Amino acid sequence: MYKYTEFDKAFLLQRNSQFRAQVQRRINGQLTEEEFKPLRLMNGLYLQLHAYMLRVAIPYGTLNSAQMRQLAYIAQTWDKGYGHFTTRQNIQYNWPKLSDVPDILDTLAEVNLHAIQTSGNTIRNVTADHFAGAAADEICDPRPYAELIRQWSTDHPEFQFLGRKFKIAINGAIQDRAVIRAHDIGLQIIQKEHKLGFKVIVGGGLGRTPMIGKTIRKFLPESDLLPYIEAILSVFNQSGRRDNKYKARIKITVHEKGIEDIRTLVEDRFHRIRPTYKGLDQNILESIKMQFPPPQFVKADSTHFEQTYETDPIFRSWVDINTSEHKADNYVIVSISLKGHGQTPGDATTKQMQVMAQVAEDYGHNELRISHEQNVILPHVHKSNLPQIYKALRNHGLATANIGLISDIIACPGMDYCALATARSIPIAQDIAGRFKALKIEHEIGPLKLKISGCINACGHHHVGHIGILGLERAGKEYYQITIGGDATSTAAIGERVGPGFSAEEIVDAVERLIYAYLDMRKEPEETFLRTYQRVGLAPFKTALYPKTALAA
Amino acid sequence: MPVIVTDSGFQSDDWVGDYCKPCDPGSNPQALDLSSDIDPDTVLLHSNLQMIRVNIHNFADGRGFTIARQLRLRGFKGRLRARGNLISDQYTMARRSGFDEIEITDELAKRQTESEWLFRSKWKENDYQSLLRG
Repeated sequence: MYKYTEFDKAFLLQRNSQFRAQVQRRINGQLTEEEFKPLRLMNGLYLQLHAYMLRVAIPYGTLNSAQMRQLAYIAQTWDKGYGHFTTRQNIQYNWPKLSDVPDILDTLAEVNLHAIQTSGNTIRNVTADHFAGAAADEICDPRPYAELIRQWSTDHPEFQFLGRKFKIAINGAIQDRAVIRAHDIGLQIIQKEHKLGFKVIVGGGLGRTPMIGKTIRKFLPESDLLPYIEAILSVFNQSGRRDNKYKARIKITVHEKGIEDIRTLVEDRFHRIRPTYKGLDQNILESIKMQFPPPQFVKADSTHFEQTYETDPIFRSWVDINTSEHKADNYVIVSISLKGHGQTPGDATTKQMQVMAQVAEDYGHNELRISHEQNVILPHVHKSNLPQIYKALRNHGLATANIGLISDIIACPGMDYCALATARSIPIAQDIAGRFKALKIEHEIGPLKLKISGCINACGHHHVGHIGILGLERAGKEYYQITIGGDATSTAAIGERVGPGFSAEEIVDAVERLIYAYLDMRKEPEETFLRTYQRVGLAPFKTALYPKTALAA
Repeated sequence: MPVIVTDSGFQSDDWVGDYCKPCDPGSNPQALDLSSDIDPDTVLLHSNLQMIRVNIHNFADGRGFTIARQLRLRGFKGRLRARGNLISDQYTMARRSGFDEIEITDELAKRQTESEWLFRSKWKENDYQSLLRG
């Protein structure tokens, strides 16, 4: 894992002291609220429905046990004993006091964590594949590049007052687990004639105008990474729209000007910027790479695991559902579900964070990851340790075997916390998970991505869910629209809206009708919901969702 | 009277010449006045040009920083000034992007005092960009 240099430490201390002074100047009246707002946002502090909310970055989703314990400590000391993991590999604290925030930031700095640029019209926390460094299908670990971009984007003088927020994601495996096609810039590591580089995708995004990103450069050599993304940001900062907040993201710039024009502008600027990088960035990249070595894999007898797997069906189910293939022999990747039926998706209590930290320390090479699907990952686990891990997790409500199933729901905080939300998300997620648990058909349904957003800004990624639910409001009542056929992977697609929305009371029944229609139509159990949709199209699902309308027609 | 903010604090304006708009027919102006929606690639860098001033009406409009950077990359070595409602927290960003100084109103200078601007005047410290570029 990356260890802060003296430079990183000095930077963070100065930054925190600056923010402490900004809070004081706001209290003294030297800064207006209008002036203070972007300053607190670029330090992760939002004003929400009921209180301030602090969003802390988990850079590229990677944590060690000490950092996880510190997150737990903050939840216990300055919040209400829990935190909420988000789709952009952040943790949000919902109840901090403004006057406590400078102390919280200093506490984070003790373990090399921060809340810089987790909000505001700046370049946000760079996200990466949560299986980085572990996945069997990996080409190259994306985290050193993400760390390089973190350093480059932190306090970048040109890009602190962009027209709108800017999100970058990077993936280094065959399968896209970082949703790079729904980011302002998506980077896919590729290898061409033994040389590493990137496919650069630009202009993806969800929100009220969902767009799948377009390829701006088919192959960018590794050493051109920073000048090239700087060129994209330079073009965006200058020519992105500033007259309308909803048209200010780069996806609109790309859509209006066309990818060819944008490519020409970016390439021109790239040639001007390239000579300002003289190789120091590459030296830093090399030293960062040295800090992401593979763990010291162990050899151990896994007889006990094999026996437990044979004899304990509940353990077996957890292993089958919640572990993924690792690049090393006899190792697996464990996904810890933060989606217990009836829980708030992505929430973890202080105790749960401490337990996960301990398990990682005892059995997981001291490493944890936060996934964009709001779960926690133990990236390096020897199979022989699985029975002990399962036991430790189960005692704290962390052993739900539902990764990738219908109750593993991505949900934004919705109207329970968020000032922008138009409907509740969390109770809908809880009700859907509860329903399918009661029906006992979750495992029969198989892999299914259900995603819920509580407003049109789409923080819950509903557009790219196999089933997407969008909560809206009309005449003081919440209602929920359903989209189907979305896909967040390398075959990314925006879901299709099926028809009119449903009330909060009707939505769970509606999802159930969709699922039973799928089970009736699929050719074989291996045909997933998404495949069935791709084969049969929208119409039969529409009939299932609106049976009365179909009869009348 | 406007106040000019530099690394050493508040100063009075010592630029006495007139500013031309980029569209003025005068072929060889000494000083240009630009708005923040200008495309920096279209600015003619005349041989006589000594001063460029970029007007930033709203501090949240960050286009000026890219304009400054691009003018510098195009080779402009004269005086580069940002003028408008910037806040002291942006001083470091302005200097790092290529501006030499900031012109603020007397009124703003009273609310955001010299000490606040000086707090941000050591702009070469803790700069990731210089670490990465040298």
